[in-house]
Amino acid sequence: METKQLTGSQAVLEACIAEGVDTIFGYPGGAIMPIYDALYDYMDKLKHVLVRHEQGGIHAGQGYARTSGKVGVVFATSGPGATNLVTGLADAMIDSTPLVCITGQVFAHLLGTDAFQETDIINITMPVTKWNYQITDATEIPQILAKAFYLAKTGRPGPVLIDITKNAQFQSFDYEGYTICNHVRSYRPKPIVRKEFIDEAVQLINEAKKPLVIFGQGVILGKAEKEFKAFIEKSGMPAAWTILGLSALPTDHPQNVGMLGMHGNYGPNVLTNDCDVLIAVGMRFDDRVTGRLDKYAKQAKIIHLDIDPSEIDKNILAHVGVWGDCKETLPLLTMGIEQKDRTEWLNVFAGYAKEEYEQCIHEEMHPTAEALSMAEVIHAVNEITKGDAVMVTDVGQHQMVTCRYAKFNQTRSNVTSGGLGTMGFGLPAAIGAKFGAPERTVIAVIGDGGIQMTLQEFGTIMQTGVEVKVMILNNEFLGMVRQWQQLFMDKRYSFVDIASPDYVMLANSYRIAAAKVSKREDLVDAVTKMLAHKGSYVLEVMVGKENNVFPMVPQGCSVSEIRLK
Amino acid sequence: MENEKQEFTITVYTENQVGLLNRIAIIFSRRKINVESLNTSPSEVPGIHRFTIVVVESREVVLKIVRQIEKQVEVLKAYYNTNDEIVWQELALYKVLSDEITEKVKVERLLREFGARAVAIRKDFIVFETTGHREETNKLMEALAPFGLVEFVRSARVAIIKESAGFHEKLKDFEKSEPGLELVENEYLGQRGNVFTM
Repeated sequence: METKQLTGSQAVLEACIAEGVDTIFGYPGGAIMPIYDALYDYMDKLKHVLVRHEQGGIHAGQGYARTSGKVGVVFATSGPGATNLVTGLADAMIDSTPLVCITGQVFAHLLGTDAFQETDIINITMPVTKWNYQITDATEIPQILAKAFYLAKTGRPGPVLIDITKNAQFQSFDYEGYTICNHVRSYRPKPIVRKEFIDEAVQLINEAKKPLVIFGQGVILGKAEKEFKAFIEKSGMPAAWTILGLSALPTDHPQNVGMLGMHGNYGPNVLTNDCDVLIAVGMRFDDRVTGRLDKYAKQAKIIHLDIDPSEIDKNILAHVGVWGDCKETLPLLTMGIEQKDRTEWLNVFAGYAKEEYEQCIHEEMHPTAEALSMAEVIHAVNEITKGDAVMVTDVGQHQMVTCRYAKFNQTRSNVTSGGLGTMGFGLPAAIGAKFGAPERTVIAVIGDGGIQMTLQEFGTIMQTGVEVKVMILNNEFLGMVRQWQQLFMDKRYSFVDIASPDYVMLANSYRIAAAKVSKREDLVDAVTKMLAHKGSYVLEVMVGKENNVFPMVPQGCSVSEIRLK
Repeated sequence: MENEKQEFTITVYTENQVGLLNRIAIIFSRRKINVESLNTSPSEVPGIHRFTIVVVESREVVLKIVRQIEKQVEVLKAYYNTNDEIVWQELALYKVLSDEITEKVKVERLLREFGARAVAIRKDFIVFETTGHREETNKLMEALAPFGLVEFVRSARVAIIKESAGFHEKLKDFEKSEPGLELVENEYLGQRGNVFTM
């Protein structure tokens, strides 16, 4: 076989090309300079987005992965560059986002000597990566990167970090080409589907009078949206979502009964404790979804579909654990279940939805108060986008409101930090989301707290010209914490009063068009103008200072104790 | 009494990789579980490492931990067993001053009784070795204490699973891209029923 000489750095970039990578988010520095030097010659094949902070880089990688369904690739240097990735790794780990992060490292002979910008990133990131590995010899690069991409995207996806010492980046070696990895002997991406559990699940569903399907991001990660829809439609079952499952099923689907959990919809929460069979698809019974565990769906038989065996029985004991890729298991269930009409059961949900609308949603969407509500802002967006936009959110009240009220027609449209709840995620993730889905409108909805955590990424927007619509919902508070202080801590507003810069001026200084709106009569025009504008746009919307998000399942309460006000 | 705490021995077959010890250790430390004993060694299969970990925990917790361990990319398989499912030994070393041994007949009798073996004999001290369960090695330690036990150390537990047929055949299966059920399977799935792959 003919071989050619490549440097380790070139081999890294060849691997990216072979894996179909088109965009890399990164930030150069001393220990990764050889790779950046090689990148100079690869500019026509690989797009590199220079971010303003490595955390911004990794969140952008996450946003990219979420909208595109591909692996997000992030470059950072050693030491602080690498440690700045940690929050994003933890976020990607808990939200199962496929990433390959490549960090530079000091020369191999300096390892362990406290060299300049040396940090033990392998051990630091061990709990927050699906896999990580340090390369000190360039000959390992093709095979290790192939393994990295394979591990990141298969099974339950997750972040992988590869740390490459500077000498390995410089080192020339006989390059024998790149072979895509499709097997690692110690790694089983998905369990084998067992027929008897499918049969047991089918029987439970067929016998059920009041089945409820709850679904998470597994449906999206498994690219099983069609299979999921066929499954619920055949048996006419109501389906409710976790915030990471949102957009896997169109919002206006007649069997979509809404959001689960702490700020979810009334019906799905109350009826979780009334259904007779609960079918969980690709979700992990997070405490924000279940509320108090010992009062969660005690009356129901539980069927749990998951690709990760360690999720079954972790929080909720499943009567039937259907292990496997839901792309395979859902059609098997669909084949077995009987065609049913469950209008009566769906009407129970409709009844709760009506009550929720009257007691809560109506006032949110059409407030009598002078101040704008977050819900009416999202409603105004819906009216124009008709549910076709990608909605990226940060963390807090605005996130809950956006997830509750935004409309979605297609999958991979909701990008948010679910498990980790990372404030500062929104802006960089929106940049990545747009690179991942360039043909779509990307709207970032961010609070006045979160935007100030990563607003340096306005610089990335400025320089790349990426088109992101940023809506800052400004209530002049760290709203979610304030809401808890109001409800559970006697209104002792401890350090939640947060001041903001002039966002319009700030955006303009980054040469981004911007406007501010605070009156109801100007809202629709302002949103229309933002969406019609060619290029990025920042719209600051002043909303009610002390508005709360309801319904709410108070912590320590059962989901059926959800409060409407 | 599934949820009462008891001793469990966790046996983990892994690739021989730098850092894997830490990956496994953090699964315990994250849940604030103390590891009673930890041994890493080669296994019956060349190139495959074997961890033997002892914890005192409820079966429910151990089950979850074992699943988390098995989820690690470089872990091939993890088993957990109660004490009656394994054969195990620990090794202990005792350093005693030579004078005590030579002068006191009782010490000699003690060592004989516990089946201790001298591994080093010097003018000033003698090192004895015993193997056995913790209670056994402990007993000798306690018995020697009044006679000037200078140093005592005990190894981690090593254990053989009574029911195990070894890992040679399993490894061959792991190397296939479509491994058989027993491997993909975690034992908690139960041994029931038929299987089919798509």
